[in-house]
Amino acid sequence: MSTGTTVTLADLTRMLRESAGEEEGVDLDGDVLDVSFDDLGYDSLAMLEVIGQVQREYGVRLPDETVADADTPRALLALINAGGDLPGAG
Amino acid sequence: MTRAVVTGLGVAAPNGLGTEAFWKATLAGRTGLAPLTRFDATQYPSVLAGEIKGFVAEDHIPSRLMPQTDHMTRIALAAADWAIGDAGADLRRLPEYGMGVVTAASGGAVEFGQRELENLWSKGKEHVSAYQSFAWFYAVNTGQISIRHKMRGPSGVLLTEQAGGIDALGHARRHIRKGTPLVVSGGVDAALCPWGWVPQIASGLMSTARDPDRAYLPFSADARGYVVGEGGAVIVVEDAASARERGAPRVYGEIAGYAATMDPAPGSGRPPGLRRAAENALADARLTARDIDVVFADGAGVLALDRAEAAAISGLFGPRGVPVTVPKTMTGRLLAGGAALDVATALLALRDGVIPPTVNVPDPAPDYGLDLVTDRPRDTAPRSALVLARGYGGFNAALVLRRTDD
Repeated sequence: MSTGTTVTLADLTRMLRESAGEEEGVDLDGDVLDVSFDDLGYDSLAMLEVIGQVQREYGVRLPDETVADADTPRALLALINAGGDLPGAG
Repeated sequence: MTRAVVTGLGVAAPNGLGTEAFWKATLAGRTGLAPLTRFDATQYPSVLAGEIKGFVAEDHIPSRLMPQTDHMTRIALAAADWAIGDAGADLRRLPEYGMGVVTAASGGAVEFGQRELENLWSKGKEHVSAYQSFAWFYAVNTGQISIRHKMRGPSGVLLTEQAGGIDALGHARRHIRKGTPLVVSGGVDAALCPWGWVPQIASGLMSTARDPDRAYLPFSADARGYVVGEGGAVIVVEDAASARERGAPRVYGEIAGYAATMDPAPGSGRPPGLRRAAENALADARLTARDIDVVFADGAGVLALDRAEAAAISGLFGPRGVPVTVPKTMTGRLLAGGAALDVATALLALRDGVIPPTVNVPDPAPDYGLDLVTDRPRDTAPRSALVLARGYGGFNAALVLRRTDD
């Protein structure tokens, strides 16, 4: 796909809030780039919901197998901005 | 025998949000029936409902749960919080596997499900929420209450249409008797959306009246169907000894008797099963009709059903032999939440020694032989109550409650 737009952490946290809410005791505006989604309170279903929103809003295809490995915001943003293929992977 | 007692109530009703707000409104005869506002019902034959007012979900539901819960489940979670709080804060010290959840349901979270089906058909599968996988499910209230309060004991959901609230409590008592010290039970329903509305209309039992005060008239010669509402009650049931041991702040009453029956197939010529349910519940409680101080009737508001219930009650208690009331004239029938709310109302009646009224039926049909409590509360200090419920498809359920200080 064409990656005219870069998805930022602010975009991602907005979609996390909209699709899956924010865990009590977690501040998504804090330093969360390398905190695992698990520690941020998002289970696999929440991630499925968020990924769905990313795909709809940005027109990017994110295959389940690659998403499963992106377990932090930094990793997921890299995946999204690479257009769905993990940088350096296959 | 282990005794099952009620130690906590959480009520969400169209005429009052929270137990005491509901009880005050009910004793004052204030109705919650009005024209529907939750969706545009003008194209349907039935346009009135009992809607819960003033429920702000964000005030009760954590952010993480908002995208994955239907309106119905949010109300259920709030009512469960209230019931558990009412039962006493140290409840969290009970073992996780010693606490279960058994609630009643009808069609599940139909409003959530309808929205996602609309997304599927109008926008495509990419627009269907991943939470649809469970959020619509009829066991969802039980599941979310169980998760939120870490109650991992025996749990389940019962679907017996509008009799479900009583059947859930009967099942909760079964778990108590098998050794689970505490079960959160009752039922909360909310199906005020087109998908929830249409099957009720199809039953042919819904009122098509436009005036909220003339729409739902159980035991009146002018009965013309019922009005549907949303809400219900969550009820904490405990083993009496365990409740005493942990210092439960109050006991509303004991679930002394329970029974359920099915109506025979149409055309069989055999009588309907409601009276047998009431008799079996009394026998289960080791009581007789003379021991019952008040009957909370099912009160369908449908002529044939009212006549059958009146025959059951006057047959069992004698003509005008016991005070009968239908406070759900102020809330509408709450589907899976209705019988649970009636049980909560009966327990409040036992607590305060007063029978709440049936509104809008000043002149019950004389040939029914019922002593209906109309217009205003009756201060007769009831100590025991029989609660009756019926569900579409032939379900009958009866519950006997009594004060425990007898």
